[in-house]
Parts: sequence; structure tokens; C-alpha cells
Amino acid sequence: MKTKNTREREHDMRRYLISTVAASALALALGMTSVRAEDIVDPNAKQGGAITITYKDDVATLDPAIGYDWQNWSMIKSLFDGLMDYEPGTTNLRPDLAESYEIAPDGKTFTFKLRHGVKFHNGREMTADDVKYSLDRVTNPKTQSPGAGFFGSIKGYDDVAAGKAESLAGITVVDPYTIKFELTRPDATFLHVMAINFSHVVPKEEVEKYGADFGKHPVGTGAFKLAEWTLGQRVVFERNPDYWHKGLPHLDKITFEIGQEPIVALLRLQKGEIDVPGDGIPPAKFQEVMADPEQKARVVEGGQLHTGYITMNTTMAPFDNVKVRQAVNMAINKDRIVQLINNRAVPANQPLPPSMPGYDKEFKGYPYDVSKAKALLAEAGHPDGFDTQLFAMNTDPNPRIAQAIQQDLAAVGIKASIQSLAQANVIAAGGDKAGAPMIWSGGMAWIADFPDPSNFYGPILGCAGAVPGGWNWSWYCNKELDAKAAEADSIVDPAKAGERAKMWSEIYGKIMEDAPWAPVFNEQRFTMKSARMGGADNLYVDPVHIPINYDNVYVTDVQ
Amino acid sequence: MIAYLGRRVVQSVLILLGVSLITFALLYLLPADPVRQIAGRSATPETVESIRRQLGLDQPFVVQYWQYLTSLLSGDLGRSYIQRSEVTELIVSRLPASLLLMVGAIACEVVIGLTMGLIAAVKRGTATDQSLMVASFVGVSAPQFVVGLLLLYVFAVRLGWFPIGGYGTWRHLVLPSLTMGILGAGWYARMMRSSMIDVLRQDYVRTARAKGLARSAIIFRHALPNAILPVIAMIGIDIGIFMGGIVVVESVFGWPGIGQLAWQAIQRIDIPIIMGVTLVSAFAIVLGNLLADTVAPFIDPRIKLR
Repeated sequence: MKTKNTREREHDMRRYLISTVAASALALALGMTSVRAEDIVDPNAKQGGAITITYKDDVATLDPAIGYDWQNWSMIKSLFDGLMDYEPGTTNLRPDLAESYEIAPDGKTFTFKLRHGVKFHNGREMTADDVKYSLDRVTNPKTQSPGAGFFGSIKGYDDVAAGKAESLAGITVVDPYTIKFELTRPDATFLHVMAINFSHVVPKEEVEKYGADFGKHPVGTGAFKLAEWTLGQRVVFERNPDYWHKGLPHLDKITFEIGQEPIVALLRLQKGEIDVPGDGIPPAKFQEVMADPEQKARVVEGGQLHTGYITMNTTMAPFDNVKVRQAVNMAINKDRIVQLINNRAVPANQPLPPSMPGYDKEFKGYPYDVSKAKALLAEAGHPDGFDTQLFAMNTDPNPRIAQAIQQDLAAVGIKASIQSLAQANVIAAGGDKAGAPMIWSGGMAWIADFPDPSNFYGPILGCAGAVPGGWNWSWYCNKELDAKAAEADSIVDPAKAGERAKMWSEIYGKIMEDAPWAPVFNEQRFTMKSARMGGADNLYVDPVHIPINYDNVYVTDVQ
Repeated sequence: MIAYLGRRVVQSVLILLGVSLITFALLYLLPADPVRQIAGRSATPETVESIRRQLGLDQPFVVQYWQYLTSLLSGDLGRSYIQRSEVTELIVSRLPASLLLMVGAIACEVVIGLTMGLIAAVKRGTATDQSLMVASFVGVSAPQFVVGLLLLYVFAVRLGWFPIGGYGTWRHLVLPSLTMGILGAGWYARMMRSSMIDVLRQDYVRTARAKGLARSAIIFRHALPNAILPVIAMIGIDIGIFMGGIVVVESVFGWPGIGQLAWQAIQRIDIPIIMGVTLVSAFAIVLGNLLADTVAPFIDPRIKLR
């Protein structure tokens, strides 16, 4: 594969946006009902074979209500299914366990028709009762799900969250193959919410059988089922022969080997012992790999829904002055930081990453301009700069990036001392109103839960996140923008998706005027694979299935 | 003897209690909030508080510690915050791998260390002696992380004699055992050398030599068995050094033991696992020391229990 330059990527992105708009127009023609067209299975795909994937860390859990790290996220997606999903390798929503859905004109009622004959791995047929049970379970405080908050718009959520009810009043099982959701407000992100792991369907009898250990004995409807889990050593998936999507998955078996350092994984890949190093190419080896044409050919590059940024605490002097925050935005030499991490990212000028709907490609952002930054600081009453602190996570490359930021700030007179701490400590400092004047977000940065612009606002830039223990480390709270965000999210009609995305662009444009962040870069993903792995490149940098889309890839060395 | 043992057991229990208290307090004082780790970044403050209540983390320190101790007495180490599995299950499933590595490492350090020490003592004052002692010095000082990667690169990647990390066969065991063993081998070489030199100076050795016994017979039949005993008694104390080393070595080699478990838990602030592994390691160290001290007088009559 050739590495794409930025312009080519932008071109792809434009094409992608156009196709999304076209699809939305089509949805309007169908009267806000969407019916799933079967995915086209790759005609070149070969059936069978086994692959090996390595990881450094243990797989935490495979319970879809609990699992929330980038390692188990796509593993869970291969064991379980939700009502909605994305076309492989893209961010385009499509029905999954649902066959079709209908949105009422007020945007508050969603009715899903379920696919017939879908079976759990234990052989029982999945019905609407299972969908309701799964959502009651994930929102129940006893489940301690980190994703419960995603379901806040479903009627009755507050009662369940408060422990006053066992069941969400807004979910009605109409018949075994029809389920209706009533929301308290129109929610444009609801279809995305029905695609995240937390809404994936689990069988009640198995959850009750294993209790808190269901995460070690997962039973779902997905393309693969769990065959073996040897703690600390390996997790093995085998093909689900009864998978409802005929022709998938292609692989018979996937072995996840646990406890492998990325550097060891790379050596084993070079010797042909494994197929995908799940933790990626170790930064120290990146240039070496990319300099070798044979190895580089097996690296797939793609975007990801990630932005790395510097937060400035808008409640702490001198960052309570917008001019100071703008000056910081102009002081940072983003190109140099990108070079520092071997060009594994693209410079950013706004909070949204380029592959996110609502990203404004016309937006110019703040230029790198040292003299203008100095002038702004002088206007703000700090002609000689000031002393401050920059918090950063203590794992490579973050301390190096923090040092680069420190040097850039020094050039305009801001003397920032670096507080390099463990991840949890930086998060704790950010969630404390008087904790951290500046934070470099690397290693903790926001990666979207689903490809929707609203996902970059609420918790990290909205008033809801500016609370103790929250993730809005700038403590930026703009009530006007909060209202506008709510308005944008009430536009449920898929035909108006373009209008909604535009509103979000405006919201982020306004945010950049207030400059609570200095966006620095959007990380790119580089997935390396063995020579025998087949399937389209976008399956290896799937925006939702990270690192790769297990259901759709295949190996070429089988009959 | 029984009184001595009784006293030592009581001491050991007190030490373990102390370790549990200190570890618990350190983890409690951590500026990071484990509940936020569990609740995830999208959780509402209500969810966070609800989880805090369910885990009893809203209780004062003393109450939390007391609850931990009481469930500990019934053998319950709690559930992992992140993996949500029983900590006992996680540790038990990984203990065999760590024990195997320990056996392999002891074999390496004893064989390498004693051989080096023996040769150095016999060739005392020669260039061989000096180079062996320099080698043992390097062995003692080299960071295990570096030794591990070096061995991995030379013997697994370049020469292909052993697999690149992993677990399962004896071939997987060799390199991690060597990495762990090299450190101990350095110590053993030095101790063996001085112990052997000491023995070689004894009257009975002189007598044996005067009888006209062959040099090899003197060294192997008369001197070695006496010189080796005090060294062997040290193995119990080694367990403490191992417990420190396994965190690094297991991570480098992808060895599925409790060291690797501890390392992951520290990164994720999975407090129940950190507590569990710390206690199990402390238990192993205390037990090792107890064994070493109890066995020592049987091996070396000069040592007396008091």
C-alpha cells in the first residue's frame, strides 16, 4: 500500500462526505424508514484458516456492558451484535440485528423490526425481549456499566439509574420481532447509541448463570464464539457456523496471544509467527519498518476519530483571558510536533478529527505566528509572559511532546514547568477545578465512542463535563453553545444530517474563537499485518473495529 | 526449636499485617480515583457515586481496611476493578508460571554461580579468577530489562535457538530463567568463591592433600560438600529477589505469571489485584526466609536457633 499524502486523504474524505449525504437523501425518499441492504461479501475472500493476534495486556472482560477499552471493543463486536452497526471499514450506519427501523416525525419514537432466525451461541433464538433485557441490564446501577450514561434519552432512564425501577419504561416489546423506544427528547445520536457495544444483545439465561463472571463466559449472536480463555495466555475465538449473516466470518479461528510486548510482537511478525500485532508498531521501530519496502507494504495507514490537544483552564488566571488562550494557539508549532512523532499524525486546527462529520475543512484555525502571539500576550497585560504548569502523561512520546510545547511557549515568554505524571493522576488533576492550568491530552485524549460530532462536545467541551471529576479539563462552559448543541442533536431526520453537521461545525468554530483548547494533531493509525492477510485496506484501519475488522478479513493461503 | 518456630510465625504474621496496612494505605492515598477508572469517561457523577457506594469506597479508611482484612481471613481477595474477576482466581491461574520460572531461575543461578565460584576459588589469584569475578560483577549490576532483551535478540531473533517470548515448552523457559538467574549467579559465584577458599584453608583439606589424594578428589569429595552448604541455605532468601525480578522479566518475555499481572494492574490502578499480588509476594518472601532460617542449622551446625 502506498502512504497517502494529506491532500489525497482530504479527497477521500470529501468523497466519503458526499456519499453520506447521498445516502441520507435516499433515506428521506423512503420516508424515514431504513431497510438494510445486505453487505456485499468480498468475492475474493477465502473461507477458513486461522490467524494469531498479539496483545501486551490481559483482555479485561468480554461483557458488552462492561468492556470499554480499545482492545476488547472490537473483540466484543465479533461476539455480540446490536440493533445497528456500521458498514465494514466505514462510519456509515446500517441496521444489523434490526432488519429495518422507523423514526416517528417528532424524532422521539424509534421502532425496530428484528431479523428472524438469529440465534445466540447457545442455540436459542434472539427476540425483542432479549433486546429489552440487555438495555435494562446495562442501565441498572448494579451492573456498574461505564456506558450507562449513553442511554440517558430513553424514557424512564432516570428511575432506573436512581434504582427506583428495574426496567426502562420507554422500551416496549410490541411482538417478538418488533421493539419500540420512546425518548424524552429527539436524539439524533440514538441510532449510533444502538450501535455501541453497551447496547449489544445478551441472553438473560447465560448472564444469570455466570453472574459477575459473564464477561469471562460471553454468549452472544456474533460472528465468532469464545472457544477458549486461558487467563494471562490466550483467548481463542472460533467461527459461529450459525451466524445469521451468510458467508461471514471468513476465518475459522482467531487466537489472541496475551502478554506480548509490542517489540517482541514485531519480531515475531517479521519471523512470520503472528499475523497482526494488536498494539501496533512500537514507536522506536516505526522508522525502521517504514524504511523497509517489504515491511512498509504490509502497513495500512488510516485516520482515527482522535484529536490530541492542550487544554487551558479557563477559570484560572491568566487563562481566563481569551487573548492568552489565543496566544497559546498561535505559539505552538504543530508541524514540528508531528515530526517529533515520526509523522504518525496530521496537524489539527479544530476539535473534530477530519474523518468526523461536521469537520470544517475550510476552517483555517490559528496560524503559527510567534510575533502575533507575543502581541496578544502584551494586549492581555503579559508583555513578559508568565509562569505556569503543563501536565502530561509520563509515557513516551508524551513527555517529549510536552517538552516541545514547553519550548514553543518559552519562545513567546510563557515559562511552563512540566508535571509528568501517571495517567490516572493527570486525569485526577484535570477533573479538579484548581488542579491543572494546562494539560497535554496525549495518552488520554478523546477517541470518539461513535462517529458523530456531538461525541466530542458534551463531556469534554460542554458544561456537563465541567464538573469535579469530569473530562472538561478546560472548565469551559458556554451556555449558549450548550443550547445550540441540544438543538443540533434534536435534528433526527436523516435528510437533515447535512444541516445538523453544519450546525456542529459552527459550534466548534465558536469554540475555537474562545480557544479553550489548542488542538495539536489528529493521530493516524498504522496497522501492520502478515503477508497472507487479505481483504480491503479499510478493514485494517476500520474506524469502529480497532485494530481490525475480524468478521470480514481473511487469509489467502487456504484452499 | 518449637518456641523459636512459634515466635517466628507470630513475627511473620505481624510482618504480613504490616505489609497489608502499608500497601492499603499507599493505594488509598493515591491521588487517582479508582472509581473513575471503573466508571469510564462517559459516566455521570451519579453513576460514579453509585459505583463508589457499591464498592464501599465511600467508607472511611479504617472501615475499608477492616473489611478487606475480614474478607482476607476467609480467603477472599475481592474482585478486580477492571477485569471484574475474582483476584484469587487471577492469581492462582498465574502462580504455576511464576513458580516454574522461579525453579528455572534457581537452577540457572545455582549451576552457573556455583561453577563460576568453584573455578574462581580453585584458580584463585589468576586471570581466570579475576575475569570470573568481573563477570559476576556485571551479572549482579546489569539491569534485567537489558539482559532480557539482549538474550532475546541474540538467542531467539538472531540465532533462532529459542522462541521469542511466550510460554509452554522447556524451550520457552530457558531465556527468562537465564535472565533471572544471571543476577543470582553473580551473588552465588562470589559467595561460593569465598566459602570455598575458606574450606580449602581448613586443616582437613591439608590432611587430605598430605595423604596424597588427587586434587579433583579433594575439591569434589572433601571441600565442595562443605563449601556448598551455606550457599544453598541462601536460596530461601532469594525468593525476595525473585519477587522483585519477575515483574520485569515476565513482562519482557510475555511470561504469564503474577509479575505481569501486577504490572498491568499498576498501570490500570486495579487496586484489588495490586493488593493481592503484594500480599502473595510478601507471603512467599516471609515463608522463604522462615524456611531458610529453619533449615540453616541442619545444614550448617555452626548456626544455632535462638
